[in-house]
Amino acid sequence: MTSTTPFIEVRDAHKSYGQLEVLKGIDLSVDKGQIVAIIGPSGSGKSTLLRAINELDPLDKGEVWLEGMQVNKPLSPRAYEQHINMVRQQIGMVFQHFNLFPHLSVLENITMAPKLLKNLSDEDARDLAERQLKKVGMLDRIDYYPSKLSGGQKQRVAIARALAMEPKVMLFDEATSALDPELVEEVNLVMKQLAEEHMTMIIVTHEMGFAEDVANRILFMDGGVVVEEGPPEVIFHSPSNERTQGFLSKHLQGRNP
Amino acid sequence: MGLDFSVVPEFSDFILIGALYTFGITLAGAFLSFFGGIAFSVIMLYGHWSIRYPIRFFSWLFMGTPLLLQLFLIYFGLVQIGIDIPAVVAGIIGLGLHFAVYNSDIIQAGILAVDKGQHEGARTLGMSRLQTFRYVIIPQAVRDVVPPIGNNMIALLKDSALVSVIGVTELVHASQLAISETFRPFEFYITAAVLYYAINLIMETGLRRVERKIEASR
Repeated sequence: MTSTTPFIEVRDAHKSYGQLEVLKGIDLSVDKGQIVAIIGPSGSGKSTLLRAINELDPLDKGEVWLEGMQVNKPLSPRAYEQHINMVRQQIGMVFQHFNLFPHLSVLENITMAPKLLKNLSDEDARDLAERQLKKVGMLDRIDYYPSKLSGGQKQRVAIARALAMEPKVMLFDEATSALDPELVEEVNLVMKQLAEEHMTMIIVTHEMGFAEDVANRILFMDGGVVVEEGPPEVIFHSPSNERTQGFLSKHLQGRNP
Repeated sequence: MGLDFSVVPEFSDFILIGALYTFGITLAGAFLSFFGGIAFSVIMLYGHWSIRYPIRFFSWLFMGTPLLLQLFLIYFGLVQIGIDIPAVVAGIIGLGLHFAVYNSDIIQAGILAVDKGQHEGARTLGMSRLQTFRYVIIPQAVRDVVPPIGNNMIALLKDSALVSVIGVTELVHASQLAISETFRPFEFYITAAVLYYAINLIMETGLRRVERKIEASR
């Protein structure tokens, strides 16, 4: 691997659901420590692209690379299962609907995977969980069950759960879309804090203000292609493409220029 | 001629041993029916057809025929092909498999009702298909079906009386033997009914404890 190899690279990504072509040949490369926000209208393929990176929605055609290793290697089913589990340990993901395990406490939600996959002792796993919960400000809820938490608290625990695997990159799939407006900020703060720690992140979001604040690079997708990409100040303030302009004028209404 | 329960104490050891048999057979049968139910449901949902079809055939056999016939088949039938199982064990197997088939139906529905996001949540952490199933899907599926499975366990307790026909001296059979010596059916049948009620209470208490524990995590 040379120093010019990107940290994460997607090459010529194609994906269809039946007749519907969702990704029409997308290229994306992300450097270590970079924070990329993907914006665009519903159905533009942004979530599909994100979910292709850890093979939740495998591509029909194209390649995904993480640190010089191909994620979607063609392998026998048995070898693939082993390979993909190893790859996914290095890619954290946060979902719109949290996907916490309701039958487990906050502590158990976080320690299950490290205990199973890294053979951590109960004590070490608890230490790890306490560290991550402290980071997201949820240490005082360590023995709660998810059902007793607010949406924002659930999402912060979900972030802590992903971080406990010590991933190289974090994927956020509309992490605040399901939250009540007053709960969005606490989750955004945690993500900003991760950004300050130079965690590599790819964020699919509908929140333009947050994207502008936190990302180094914005990708605007529409109709399965990347229409325009660039630094936030360019994309949000002087986009060159008409579709980007149209989309943003709808989404930035009411905000000061 | 009025009721006279003074005849009962003389047979109390005998009756209590019968009740213990009933309790033991029920517990063992419930255990088998629960884990058998999980195994059947997993095979029915995800198994290769070469194993799914035989299980489907057994399901049909155990749902479509009387438990009495199944007990006869296991105890008297299998001997003919050289499989000699003690009566108590044959009873446990018969009850266990019979109710495993019913539990399997319930657990299958429970597995299918677990949100797809749970699978994705576990898999993105790097957990294998099997780990996801064992630690995330099954516990939630089982948790959601505890009440109907509990009902099956109570039904299993009552149906355990049927193993008397293959010669196990459980509670009903023990009562009958006592009656044949004393000619006091009413007293002994009522005693048996009270003991069934007591076992029921024990099982319901256990079940409620499980349900409460589950409720805490909701």
